[in-house]
Amino acid sequence: MEKVLQVDVTTVRDWVGRIATDLEANKDLLTQLDSAIGDADHGTNMVRGFTAVTAALHDATPGTPGELLVLVGSTLISKVGGASGPLYGTAFRRAGKALGAAPDISAEALGTALAAALEGVQGLGAAAEGDKTMVDALAPAVRAYQQAQAAGASIADAADAAARAAAVGAEATIPLQALKGRASYLGARSVGHQDPGATSTSIVLAALAASLVGSD
Amino acid sequence: MKKLINKPEDVTTEALRGVAAAHSSLVVDVDNKIISRAGGARKGKVGLVSGGGSGHEPLHGGFVGYGMLDAACPGEVFTSPVPDQMLAATKLVDGGAGVLHIVKNYTGDVLNFQMAAELAADDDIEVTPVVVNDDVAVQDSLYTAGRRGTGATVFVEKIAGALAEQDKELKKVADVAREVNERSRSFGVALTACTTPGSGQPGFELPDDEIELGVGIHGEPGRERGKHRTAAKIVDFSLDAIHSDMPLSGDLAVLVNGMGGTPLIELYVVFNEVNRVVKGLGARITRSLVGNYITALDMTGVSITVVRLTPDLTKLWDAPVETPALRWGR
Repeated sequence: MEKVLQVDVTTVRDWVGRIATDLEANKDLLTQLDSAIGDADHGTNMVRGFTAVTAALHDATPGTPGELLVLVGSTLISKVGGASGPLYGTAFRRAGKALGAAPDISAEALGTALAAALEGVQGLGAAAEGDKTMVDALAPAVRAYQQAQAAGASIADAADAAARAAAVGAEATIPLQALKGRASYLGARSVGHQDPGATSTSIVLAALAASLVGSD
Repeated sequence: MKKLINKPEDVTTEALRGVAAAHSSLVVDVDNKIISRAGGARKGKVGLVSGGGSGHEPLHGGFVGYGMLDAACPGEVFTSPVPDQMLAATKLVDGGAGVLHIVKNYTGDVLNFQMAAELAADDDIEVTPVVVNDDVAVQDSLYTAGRRGTGATVFVEKIAGALAEQDKELKKVADVAREVNERSRSFGVALTACTTPGSGQPGFELPDDEIELGVGIHGEPGRERGKHRTAAKIVDFSLDAIHSDMPLSGDLAVLVNGMGGTPLIELYVVFNEVNRVVKGLGARITRSLVGNYITALDMTGVSITVVRLTPDLTKLWDAPVETPALRWGR
């Protein structure tokens, strides 16, 4: 099949721009979800982080997708604080490092990068699937991506499968009892609320799918 | 909710400017949010760095000074500081003998300090983290992020700080910090919720006639919500939680801590009740602290911290200290 669009640093820049816009649009939703089972700052923190990312990307011209994602991750670690700063920061840094210095991203490389992001998050936060955290969106997304890619799907279709799996995973946190993070102190009282971290992960992956539409 | 602020987003920065103006013994880097001693690092002394979300004042900035912390990193309100900030503070206080990170056990604080320690290792600074987790309200630590760090932090910072002042090596300073944590337990009770400057709304809903037993310092829930009751009954409940986790005997240090909105007279009523219970158990309070030391903004309520002292720990507690919030013997 002929390549429709190359997935390069411009595509990744577009993805990060979409994340910033979509988080801003969902800021109140995220904060609302976090006020139910956390400390009501997830929307504010994510928006603060991606505002800093936007500023950093305005000033810098990373030459490769990998370099750009490492910059995104480092900026999040430096600016966000809380648990989401190190977790999202590590996810983007690991994904960026996994992509190496390649000028564009193959479907396979993106799968490897997503898996590296998941591994980074789990290594740092020690959360497993079912703990009611961002892992509940990220882990099924990585699986869906890799299955689609192994079955010969385009990078766009595989990313779309990942985004859908993340959304399903985020919604599936509603009946779970939180076992990690601040929500865990609620015990059974955390049941019945969707996890804010899983929700923001779902937003990030939906933005990825949107920026890859039409790419092979 | 009425607040003595200008703009919500400027609260932490303007408060830091206030700290700088009020305390000439401190140097405040407002841009990087670091409070440190005016004298800078002393060669051969282990540096002590702590930090955490703002809103718990005087913790940690109020405990920077001789005999206690070398630097504190305040984050946004109830949000942990970032690794860059902790790394800068670590470099600032390193006198060549390594740096102790005193970390309250909250996911955000632990993760950010962990990343800061990795960055410091790249710069060849030896860092040992000690995690404070004294809150017995969190019962099933297997199914949560673990016990939270609360009032014991004050004792860890004071006692480890006293040992560091004697130029003891990092391992010994870390050991005593862990020993204090292991010998300390806390339990908090909220009468009302706290309101962050950013949200302007109470962080949780608590009906007029109910209290949260086992509340955390950000208003996180505790063991149960119950009907309001007398100070005597609140203290019975709290000390029962502590005693059944760590039997109280011998000489004790007790902190009766206000959450930010509690009148001092009520804290003394509570202290009197604590003394009653402790006596009944055959133990005795030999060191005490009553006041606002680790607050949750404007929350009304109290936390009780008990430390089982040893003669060595008592000596270190009594050693001179000169910080904005604790000072004696110098």
